[in-house]
Amino acid sequence: MKDLVEKVTSGDVRTVARLIRDVDDGMPEVREALKELYPYTGNAYVIGITGAPGVGKSTLVDQMVAHLRKRGKTVGVLAVDPTSPFSGGAILGDRVRMQRHSMDSGVFIRSLATRGHFGGLTQSTRSAIDILDAMGKDVILVETVGVGQDEVDVVRSAHTTVIVVVPGMGDDIQAIKAGILEVGDIFLINKSDREGTDKTLNELRLMIEMDQKKFDKGLWKPPIIKVEAVFDKGVDDFLAAVDEHARYLEQTAGGLKSRRSPERVRQEMVEMIKARLFEEVLDKLTETGEFDRAVDAIVKGSLDPYSACEGLVFPALAGLPDEE
Amino acid sequence: MKHERRVRVMVAKPGLDGHDRGARIIARAYRDAGFEVVYTGLHQTPEEIVEAAIQEDVDMVGLSSLAGAHKYLFQTVVELLRERGAEDIVVCGGGIIPDEDIKKLKSAGVREIFTPGATLDEIVKWVKENVKPR
Repeated sequence: MKDLVEKVTSGDVRTVARLIRDVDDGMPEVREALKELYPYTGNAYVIGITGAPGVGKSTLVDQMVAHLRKRGKTVGVLAVDPTSPFSGGAILGDRVRMQRHSMDSGVFIRSLATRGHFGGLTQSTRSAIDILDAMGKDVILVETVGVGQDEVDVVRSAHTTVIVVVPGMGDDIQAIKAGILEVGDIFLINKSDREGTDKTLNELRLMIEMDQKKFDKGLWKPPIIKVEAVFDKGVDDFLAAVDEHARYLEQTAGGLKSRRSPERVRQEMVEMIKARLFEEVLDKLTETGEFDRAVDAIVKGSLDPYSACEGLVFPALAGLPDEE
Repeated sequence: MKHERRVRVMVAKPGLDGHDRGARIIARAYRDAGFEVVYTGLHQTPEEIVEAAIQEDVDMVGLSSLAGAHKYLFQTVVELLRERGAEDIVVCGGGIIPDEDIKKLKSAGVREIFTPGATLDEIVKWVKENVKPR
């Protein structure tokens, strides 16, 4: 274990790559490694980027990497793409836009699939963030499609959360209104050479300014920035806004430590417990065959699902091992 | 139930050949077979492919070539993986590749070559049988 910690903290690419795989595959032994690595985390600045498919997140991340490298920062990228609910497979194509950085030893890029994680996506991505953090990356960029609570939670756990939209997708903003508008620290209008940019800008501004009272009290007011990621236009302005948000966190929330505020730790612990309980209980029930027997009984009509659930969960909880 | 390794593969287009229809179709077939497929896009150097394969911790690299530089490109990928201590990553290839080259490539460490006429089912079956999560 000491060997592993040393390899990760010294930036050994193969070890890190394998460890992230173990996290993703839910290998139980990975927990020990994560415990040992935790003291080496907390030094990276995490930026979450989300938005609908096709708005240009990967292209933007690619430009961010280029800019951050010019500033001498090392960068880790986690690009999350959806798993097919039918086959369980996934095509992870975010790398296509970022391949020019693959030979740069200051950059580590990893594609992750959402899999059928039952809320564990947040969990495994957070662990992957911890690993890249312990590896010594200065900045970690996490990119997810902004649909579904899990994906939103992932980017929420960043220091700075960036929402990317494109002009002319009115309905898109409608969707954002409902969920992720509140979590954006910075809004980007990508492909802003296109018609409708000003309309989108106005709509966003209107929505953000509805919270003017909060901003008057000194809370962070999310800026809206026009970019054309493909042409590297506006990316400087965008990164300046990230810097400004980082300064704001420094002054108000303890800077890097803001990811470990009591509220966030509480929420993360709830999720971690949920995932772990689920795993332990379902493992046990599938091992003993109780789960399948209950399913059979419900299908045959000799048992109702509510009683079945009760009959499964409580004994399983009582019988959980203290520690393996 | 959750501690099952998922097969991860990479589909890459080395060299200057710009025809990626085949590679995309293969990627799609792999996805439908339940694999996680990292797609790198066109015009990759062997060095880029190997670095990406290591960062992504894939079990196999599938190379597609339709423009004739396969001997150099495929072999270099195998050699670079070996240099990095990653020879456990299976390399296979596909494309318009003459029989005499297939022999040479196989003896150089490319595990299998698929040529025009190979069906998606055959290819997927081969991967399932020959590529195990490491």
